[in-house]
Amino acid sequence: MFSVAVKKRRGSFQLDAQFGLPTPGVVALFGRSGCGKSTLVHIIAGLLDADEGRIALDDSLLLDTAAQVHVPAERRRIGVVFQDARLFPHMSVAANLNYGRRRAAPPFFVTLDAVADLLGIGGLMNRRTHQLSGGERQRVAIGRALLSQPNLLLLDEPLASLDAARRGEVLPYLESLRDQLAIPMAYVSHDFDEVLRLATHLVLMDAGRTIAQGELTAMSLNADLRAIIGPEAVGAIVEGTVLGPDPASGLSRVRVGRGELKVETLPAAAGTKLRVQLLARDLIVATSAPRDLSVRNVIEGVVTQVAGDSGGSDLVSIDIGGAIIVARITRAASRELALTPGRPVWALVKSVSLRGHVTGLLHASA
Amino acid sequence: MTMWPSADEFAALQLSLSVALRSVLFSLPVALFFAWLLTRRRFVGRTLLDAFVHLPLVLPPVMVGYVLLLLFGSRGPIGGWLQREFGIQLIFTRNGAALATAVMSFPLMVRAMRLSLESVERGLEDAARTLGAGPLDRFASITLPLMLPGVLAGAITAFSAALGEFGAVITFVSNIPGETRTLPLALYTALQTPDGEHAAARLAIMSFALGMSGLLLSEWFARRVRRLLGR
Repeated sequence: MFSVAVKKRRGSFQLDAQFGLPTPGVVALFGRSGCGKSTLVHIIAGLLDADEGRIALDDSLLLDTAAQVHVPAERRRIGVVFQDARLFPHMSVAANLNYGRRRAAPPFFVTLDAVADLLGIGGLMNRRTHQLSGGERQRVAIGRALLSQPNLLLLDEPLASLDAARRGEVLPYLESLRDQLAIPMAYVSHDFDEVLRLATHLVLMDAGRTIAQGELTAMSLNADLRAIIGPEAVGAIVEGTVLGPDPASGLSRVRVGRGELKVETLPAAAGTKLRVQLLARDLIVATSAPRDLSVRNVIEGVVTQVAGDSGGSDLVSIDIGGAIIVARITRAASRELALTPGRPVWALVKSVSLRGHVTGLLHASA
Repeated sequence: MTMWPSADEFAALQLSLSVALRSVLFSLPVALFFAWLLTRRRFVGRTLLDAFVHLPLVLPPVMVGYVLLLLFGSRGPIGGWLQREFGIQLIFTRNGAALATAVMSFPLMVRAMRLSLESVERGLEDAARTLGAGPLDRFASITLPLMLPGVLAGAITAFSAALGEFGAVITFVSNIPGETRTLPLALYTALQTPDGEHAAARLAIMSFALGMSGLLLSEWFARRVRRLLGR
C-alpha cells in the first residue's frame, strides 16, 4: 500500500492531497496544468518539505510530521523520472545509468543488462547524453531511476516534452515496465491517453486538492473527470477478455460484460484481460434488436440512468452485465425512445471506434 | 643587447611561477567555499561578506600589503602565532609573496566560480539526490564537475594575476633576490638601475609571453570542456 496525505502552502497556493494505492499498481495523478501535481511529486520524492502530512510505502514510513519522521530524499528509495530527463551532461549514458546503481543498497531487483534490454538502450551505453534523441533521453532517465533499485517509481510527466512520435516510442517501454517489473508507480500526466494506457488507479487533482480517486475502470465515468477531459473524450473503460480469433472476419473476439465485441486482430492469447474504452459519442442506442445494419458490434443491456449533458444531449448509462457503458445521444432522441431506467436496449458500437482504445495488457493472466 | 635572459632574470621567472602556483593552490579551496557560501546560502550579512571578498579589487595594493604586514608580521596576531606554534614565517619569504598575491587575486577567482556555480542546474542535483547521493557526494560528483570550467578559468585568471602582482608583494615581503623578487619586482628593480633598460626589456617580454600563454591556455581549455559537455 502506498498512502499519501500531505498539506503544503506556497504563497497563495494550497496543496491538500490524499490518496492511496494498493501495491504494485500504477496510480495516475491526473489534472490540468497548474493543479499542484508537480508540487505533490516533489513532496513525495522528498525534494520539497510538506507543512504537515504522512507518506508511507508498504511497511516503510517516509514522512510523518506528527511523529517527526522525515526520511531525506537520498534515502527514500523513490526513483524519479523528470519531465526534462535531467541526465548528467558530464557523464556517458553508462555512467548515468550506474550513478544510482552504485549508490543503491540491497535488495537488488533489476540488473543493468535487464534494464538495457527492457528499455532498448543497450546500444547507447558509450554515447554522451547530448547525442541522444528526446525519446532516448527519457528511456535512459527511466533506466537510471530503475537501477537505483527504488521501491516506487515516480514519473513526472515523462512524455510531456516529447512530440507525438517520440511519445509513441516511449509508451510501450513504460507498459512493459509495469507488466514485467511489478514496481509501484505514480504517474503524473495531463494527457488522458497516457493515463488510459498505463494506470490501474486514477487520482483526480484540481486546484491543489485531490477531488476523486479509485480504480480506473470505476473512475472512467466520474463527473469531475468528465469536466477535465471534455465531452469528446468521455467514455466507459471496461475490462474485456480475449476469446480468440473470429475465423469468418479475421478479427479478434473480446467479451465485454454479457456482450461480445469484434475488434482488430490482437496478438493476445485467449483469456487475456484487456481494457477497452467505448467513447460515449461512438455508441448508438436502439430499443429493439437491430437488423440490417453495417455495425457489427451490438451489446444487449439495461438502461440504468439518463443524465443531461452539456449541449442538449443526454448521457445514457447502460448495464451490460457487470459493466456500465455510456452513450451520448440527443435529448430529442432520448425522449422519443422513452429511455428510462429499467428499459432493455441494444448498444451499437462501431467497430472502427475501438481502434487505438484497446489498451495495453493489464495483467497477463491465462 | 643580448636577447637571452641572465641567470637572475630566469630566477625571477621561476620564482614568479612558483609564487603564482602556491598562491592558486592556497586560494582555490578557500575561494570554492566562499563561492558556494555566497551563491547557495542565504544568511544575515551575506551582502557585507560579498563586499568584503571584493575589497582587494578596489583597495590600493600597497594598503593590502600593509594590512597583511600588520596581521602576518612576526609581531602580528596571526603571524606571531604561526611562528610560535609551527615555526612558519611569512614575511620576507616566497610563501608570504604567495599569500599576498592570493589575497589580491581572490575576488577574481570567487567571481569566476560563482558565475559557473550559478549556471549549474539545481535540477541535476535534485536528480542525484533521488538517486541516493548525499550532500558531499552530490557536490563532488555533480556540482564540482559541472562548475569545473569556471573553477579552471578562475584558477588561470588568478594565476596570471598572481604573476603580475606588485604592490602588495613588495609591501608585505619586500624585494629580496631569489626569495621574493618576482618578475614585476625584478622589472621595477631593473628600471631603477642605471643601464638596466635591456634587462627591463627582456623581463617585460617574458611577462608578456607568460600572460599571453596563460590567456590562450585558458581559452583552449574552456573550449575543450564545452565540447565535452556538448554545449
